[in-house]
Amino acid sequence: MSNKGIEISGRVFKYGDNVDTDQIIPARYLDTSDPEELAKHAMEGVDEDFAANVSSGDIIIAGKNFGCGSSREHAPLSIKGAGVGAVIAETFARIFVRNAINIGLPIIELSGFEAKTGDEVVVELRRGKIKNLTSGKEGTFTHFPEFLSEIIQAGGLMESVKKDLSEF
Amino acid sequence: MKQTLTEKILSAGAGRKVKAGEVVFVNIDWALVQDGTGPLTMDVIEELGKGVTNPDRQCIFLDHASPSSKSELSDNHIKLRKASEKYSMRLFEVGEGVCHQLMAEDCVVPGDVVVGADSHTCMAGAFGAFASGYGSTDIAVAMATGKIWLKVPSAIKIVLEGELTYPTLAKDLILYLIGELGASGATYKALEFTGPGVETLSMESRLTICNMAIEAGAKNGIMPADDKVADYILEHRGVSFDFERLRADDGAEYEREIKINLSELKPQVAAPHSVDNVTTVEELQKEKIKIDQVFIGTCTGGRLEDLRDAEKITRGKTKNPNVRFIITPASKKIFLEAMREGLLDSFMETGAMIGTPGCGPCVGIQGGILGQGEACLSTANRNFKGRMGCGESFIYLASPATAAAAALSGEISSP
Repeated sequence: MSNKGIEISGRVFKYGDNVDTDQIIPARYLDTSDPEELAKHAMEGVDEDFAANVSSGDIIIAGKNFGCGSSREHAPLSIKGAGVGAVIAETFARIFVRNAINIGLPIIELSGFEAKTGDEVVVELRRGKIKNLTSGKEGTFTHFPEFLSEIIQAGGLMESVKKDLSEF
Repeated sequence: MKQTLTEKILSAGAGRKVKAGEVVFVNIDWALVQDGTGPLTMDVIEELGKGVTNPDRQCIFLDHASPSSKSELSDNHIKLRKASEKYSMRLFEVGEGVCHQLMAEDCVVPGDVVVGADSHTCMAGAFGAFASGYGSTDIAVAMATGKIWLKVPSAIKIVLEGELTYPTLAKDLILYLIGELGASGATYKALEFTGPGVETLSMESRLTICNMAIEAGAKNGIMPADDKVADYILEHRGVSFDFERLRADDGAEYEREIKINLSELKPQVAAPHSVDNVTTVEELQKEKIKIDQVFIGTCTGGRLEDLRDAEKITRGKTKNPNVRFIITPASKKIFLEAMREGLLDSFMETGAMIGTPGCGPCVGIQGGILGQGEACLSTANRNFKGRMGCGESFIYLASPATAAAAALSGEISSP
């Protein structure tokens, strides 16, 4: 039940620190760039059942340094292809942040939000609000700077660049 | 305003004086993709429909599957060859070597801004260049426009003193530092290496050190360029290249300073499944960890210096019968020189097999994939779970000397 990145709602998949790119999508699956193909193996290294269990709008909540390692854009692509509405982590690795923004996968930096796998969560991206419907707990987060939000809203960097290539 | 070395290079690239924290557009000198990330980049360039800027400075490397192990990967190679022809971009064929090594041998000069769709692009920082890894779409836009947007990083100063003593090598230094910083200890930041210890390091060692800055999350690793850089360019490209000896200003602001005495370092190992899980070989060898495969190669262990450092230990000896011993020179040039020096003969007499120049089994898509429960001691830069194949296998990272010792003993042991 995701809604173009404005309001996202779904079930939580909870993971720990340092979920690296080899766990998100191992190199042996990088012979395709098709998000739907990649989605079949998304998060395989950390959760073998993820691809089978995830539904559109679901939310990944992880610890520190999510997406560390390789520059492979296939990592956020596989997660987006699996239908994930947003990834929430205490911190993200640098390249993963840019890749996620560029392909239009919402990511949120937030520490200490209590949720466990299976909880129902609603995220209001623009207002920076998150609510755990299962426990009733709420949280807030800082929204991206405007120019990054515009890239996400446009559906990624390419769409945004195409709109105004003269800016470069 | 006092500037770090990174701020100075990015100021030149932005055409005005910039400081940490600013988001700027920077002109790029080089952009690269490899066969894993390149196909996606080419799709984006195609869709943008604007061609590429300075195509002779846009490089495509066929190195991760070298040679290809799968028809789908061969198809990706075909796609990249066609793109290089269509846009007149430089193509480095299968068997030429690892992208970062070829960038070092053929391309980068001090002061350059280098961006690449490969996280270890930061290796070129050893030239006193700003070099950083990005994703496929970022690099497509960089190739199309000749620019990239980035946030000027704040920096951590790493002061090196003393001198490394064999068998302690460059890999031991960078593993030690990553252990100190942690896997995200330098996220978004520059690692600026300075101090008298830098001058004692060979160019090849500097490349290994800067390459692994990303393993602490850093945006770039950088060292001031000196005569050794000039010598390296002359040796590999046959040209005398004169450049400004850029240095950070005295009084430039750093977030943090870490001092390391190279003379006091000991051989290190990163145990599975994270590069910051670092301990000394001396300590770990007590656990008598059995090794099934030793891999000497990649952009952090497959240079001539690395092969020489390993061969000193294996010369005239026979490998442990339970170990598969794989050597993959990082480039064709290194392969040829190692052959001329007799290093490859010597390794083969020890019982090693020699692979095609390229990434070797580092990312688990060609010869040397690990099976269930197996352990590999590798000179590569990453030991994430499942990276070299099976999810239930174990990768230990160490120097070429420590790897050579394990090839003989069959377990993690002091070189």
